[in-house]
Amino acid sequence: MPNNTEKTYVRSHEPVFWGLFGAGGMLTAFFTPVMILITGLLIPLGIIDKQHFSYEKINAFATSWYGAAIVLVLVALPLWHTLHRIFHGLHDLGVHRGRDWQQVICYGFAFAVSVFVFTLLLQMF
Amino acid sequence: MSELTVEIDILRYRPELDSEPFTQTFEVPYTPELSVLEALQYIKDHLDSSISFRWSCRMAICGSCGMMVNGVPKLGCKVFLRDYYPKKVSLEPLANFPIERDLVVVMDDFIQKLESVKPYIIPGENKCLSEGPYQQTPEQMAKYKQYSMCINCGLCYAACPQYALDKKFTGPAALALLARYNRDSRDNGEAQRMKIVNQEEGVWGCTFVGYCSVVCPKDVDPAAAIQLLKVESSKDYLIGMFKPD
Amino acid sequence: MSKRNPYIRKLPMDWWMKQLFYTKYMIREGSSVFVTLYSLILAWGVFRLSQGEVAFNGWLDALQSPFAILLHIIMLILALYHTITWFSLAPKAADLWVKGKKLDEKVIIAAHYCTFVVVTVFCLLIITL
Ligand code: SF4
Ligand code: FES
Repeated sequence: MPNNTEKTYVRSHEPVFWGLFGAGGMLTAFFTPVMILITGLLIPLGIIDKQHFSYEKINAFATSWYGAAIVLVLVALPLWHTLHRIFHGLHDLGVHRGRDWQQVICYGFAFAVSVFVFTLLLQMF
Repeated sequence: MSELTVEIDILRYRPELDSEPFTQTFEVPYTPELSVLEALQYIKDHLDSSISFRWSCRMAICGSCGMMVNGVPKLGCKVFLRDYYPKKVSLEPLANFPIERDLVVVMDDFIQKLESVKPYIIPGENKCLSEGPYQQTPEQMAKYKQYSMCINCGLCYAACPQYALDKKFTGPAALALLARYNRDSRDNGEAQRMKIVNQEEGVWGCTFVGYCSVVCPKDVDPAAAIQLLKVESSKDYLIGMFKPD
Repeated sequence: MSKRNPYIRKLPMDWWMKQLFYTKYMIREGSSVFVTLYSLILAWGVFRLSQGEVAFNGWLDALQSPFAILLHIIMLILALYHTITWFSLAPKAADLWVKGKKLDEKVIIAAHYCTFVVVTVFCLLIITL
């Protein structure tokens, strides 16, 4: 039997998180490998001299307004990408209990670390 | 001279007899040009007439013969024994669908999803007959042509873990079909269909696994259709924030 | 009377281990756990930076431990896996048309890799300046 009454549709708020996920994913794809290479391998192994990553240099960078913005984006934005994936990954793994709480914890975590880094940078200014 | 043969495992289920499916093995004479569907027909004609499976066109156009071949959703008429020989071939009904009988699955939910996306042209103003037909340039047609090639075989639903995890998800073929109409220059129903797209069970049920586009026998690329709809849905969300309807 | 009794198969919990394509998908998603870890290491570094020179050098020293090196190698591999999968899917979210024809996927992917190389070289140069 044809059903002519219009169904009610509920709009999802996923675009907000998907937007951040996409931006973070893009950033991660382009920058994270070289960042890991520099801070995790080349500097610690001494292939790039430590003086290029000295306290003075980094501190000067992170306390300039543009440097602070770059540090914030590089550290925090990937989290909005990864926690989004972790949230959906939990569903894939069959962890169905408390989806609301999973969501609060996942995005809350990304938010908390973002705020943490933001305050640190602000106070160093 | 002994003939070459190939073993075929079939997951069988006879609702009036079995409480759950079981595997039955058949031995079929091997020739390289035999399709899996023809092998099934051989079994039905010569070995066990009770076996059930769907088919019609035998040329990958009707979309009836979808099944899992060695765990991968395929059209039975489009895969050949030579693709597996000398390994054995295992046939199961399409994953993620209820089994009706043997290789036949219940497609009701799939069909409902296809119907739910308003898959027809919704014209803007009604033109008078004397004004002639709604015309379209080849470029305008190119925008949706790929998404109109679907044969409703359901392979993409069998390939989609998100559909497996949550049957409310509208799913690949239906969303590709929706995109096909939204992208048609003669159509004016985008606003209506975006409501379907914007839901949790619309495009947002998708995590871009991407397997649907790999298994599709017609290169419809439903995964791409869904990604583009996500972009559209995000735009729609932004507009909705400033201009709530 | 109808003999119908549709049988519904259960999705096994480990569905993503039974098919290589799904396993790769899960590795792609799982790479985010390691990228999260890396972001936390950096966030920690910013924290130590804010505490002064001694603290910051302590953070740098900690990164020299064999465990830290190994961890960074693993993170690098998974970050690269993310990059590769991200680039290979990128064309699907692009709707670029040139003269009535859809832009070839290969062109979009190649453009991404070129940008990636430029970004990488640029970052390496800037750090050694
Ligand atoms: S999109 Fe492809 S796989 Fe899915 S139903 Fe249509 S033809 Fe079959
Ligand atoms: S029999 Fe028609 S598609 Fe295979």
